[in-house]
Amino acid sequence: MSDVPSLPLIAQVNTGDTAWMLMATALVILMTIGLGVFYAGLVRSKNTLNTFMMCVAALGVAGISWALVGYSLAFGDGGGFIGNFDYAFLSGVGFEPLEGQTIPHLVFFAFQGSFCIITLALVSGAVVERMSFGTFLVFSVLWSVLVYPVMAHWVFGGGFLQEGGTLDFAGGVPVEMGSGFSALAAALVVGARKDYGRLALLPHNTLLVLLGAGILWFGWFGFNGGSGVSTGNSSVLAFVNTLLTPAVCLVTWFVLDLIRGRHVTAVGAGTAIIVGCVGITPAGGFISPGWAMVLGVIVAVPSYAVIVWRPRTRVDETLDVLAAHGIAGMTGILFIGFVAQAAWNGVADGLFYGSGELLGDQALAALVAPIYAFVVTYVLLRVLGSLMPLRATEHEESIGMDVVQHGEEAYVTGEGAILVSPEAGIEAEVPVADPA
Amino acid sequence: MKLVIGIVRPEKANDVLEALYRAEVRGLSISRVQGHGGELDRVETYRGTTVKMGLADKVRFEIAVSDSFVEPTIEALCAGARTGEVGDGKIFVLPLERAVRIRTGETDHGAVTPVGG
Repeated sequence: MSDVPSLPLIAQVNTGDTAWMLMATALVILMTIGLGVFYAGLVRSKNTLNTFMMCVAALGVAGISWALVGYSLAFGDGGGFIGNFDYAFLSGVGFEPLEGQTIPHLVFFAFQGSFCIITLALVSGAVVERMSFGTFLVFSVLWSVLVYPVMAHWVFGGGFLQEGGTLDFAGGVPVEMGSGFSALAAALVVGARKDYGRLALLPHNTLLVLLGAGILWFGWFGFNGGSGVSTGNSSVLAFVNTLLTPAVCLVTWFVLDLIRGRHVTAVGAGTAIIVGCVGITPAGGFISPGWAMVLGVIVAVPSYAVIVWRPRTRVDETLDVLAAHGIAGMTGILFIGFVAQAAWNGVADGLFYGSGELLGDQALAALVAPIYAFVVTYVLLRVLGSLMPLRATEHEESIGMDVVQHGEEAYVTGEGAILVSPEAGIEAEVPVADPA
Repeated sequence: MKLVIGIVRPEKANDVLEALYRAEVRGLSISRVQGHGGELDRVETYRGTTVKMGLADKVRFEIAVSDSFVEPTIEALCAGARTGEVGDGKIFVLPLERAVRIRTGETDHGAVTPVGG
């Protein structure tokens, strides 16, 4: 057999890498359901299902749009700004690995698709409890084609940031800043809930908040750990850093909570886990475990400040996607510019290790990503708003989005429910008490 | 001395509380109840099961007041709870035989007068 010529030009599929990437993809898909649990716990009980359904809708809508054009716009070999239509309708996406990869192209497609799905779901946090579900679906189609794939192309698909040297391991640009600053724009265009700033609008189930945050953290090991697209060193480093940064961020948040209010809060803990995971997302495979722990302290502070400050403004960015994702993602992106170590990542050194050039590349990403996400989402929703109602009426909002938009309730008791026989149809007369 | 019972929409409960506070009516209890007051039934579907929800969630205020506070209490309940749609609720005023403040043993008028009032 030794005289059989090897074929060095044809990339080989590595079974270990492929097995891990299949698993990592499933983990990221689970994150979207975890996010649904987290968001559902943070809203009022009458809006539980609608909030969760926005995340579920992302699985459907972005799953389809990613296959049709999203993946191609992100990873097609276009220019510096956007890909092309080479891979549209999954054309040319098969078992053959992409150049430089060791997993089937299809697996890479699915892994990246799970990112687009969760990013879209994240944006919904800005508009829960009032946005019309139908309009959200239309928005989802357009956003998952016009915003996410473009930003993913910049850092993952050979776009101008990647070519310019910006390091973004798992999506600080498209996922975190993309969702955070889109969320800000969405909150501004859709407008505040009718009772915002007038009544206390409280989380209805704090257990769901912690459970959702836990599922997100669990899934994030696939999100960051899979972003090396292998089982290599960078994936291992990102995996371990995904344990360390959120752990430190969590304890830092405890301290900030204690200083501010003399209680360590559960909703704060859930938020801290997410902020920590977001912070390490862009940096996972590029910084040492020690610096990842330092990042846990640093990333908490600006996000905590924005979470305290934002509810005092008139901006009802309801579930603080900007603070938890936009700001934390920006912190992570910039942190790489200081502490990246070629000794750990084999790619580039940051300012502390002798090269200031990287910091400039990171700062460029931190500047252009928020602008693109904000402007395109803002214009998109303005245009949609001129064509269809963006939100439910005040009356519908007070009844609750679950009953109005879905004809269901999350916590239905069945008391007083009168069975409508299928033959009779729902318009049939049924006996009800007549108090007149 | 009367017991004022107000049954209102849950989404208006906060407005009622605010109106009562402005009318200087202190001391009340609320409970979540379900009822039917002639409003249109909601139709909900769970898989193959379609139901009419004959009962709507309501919030029931119980407020014991001295006679001079009866009208302000009723006005506050109406002002806070009204939307103009069927299903805004009802107010019932009942005579009250006795009232006792457990902490001090004060009875009747003294018991339904706010502390310091």
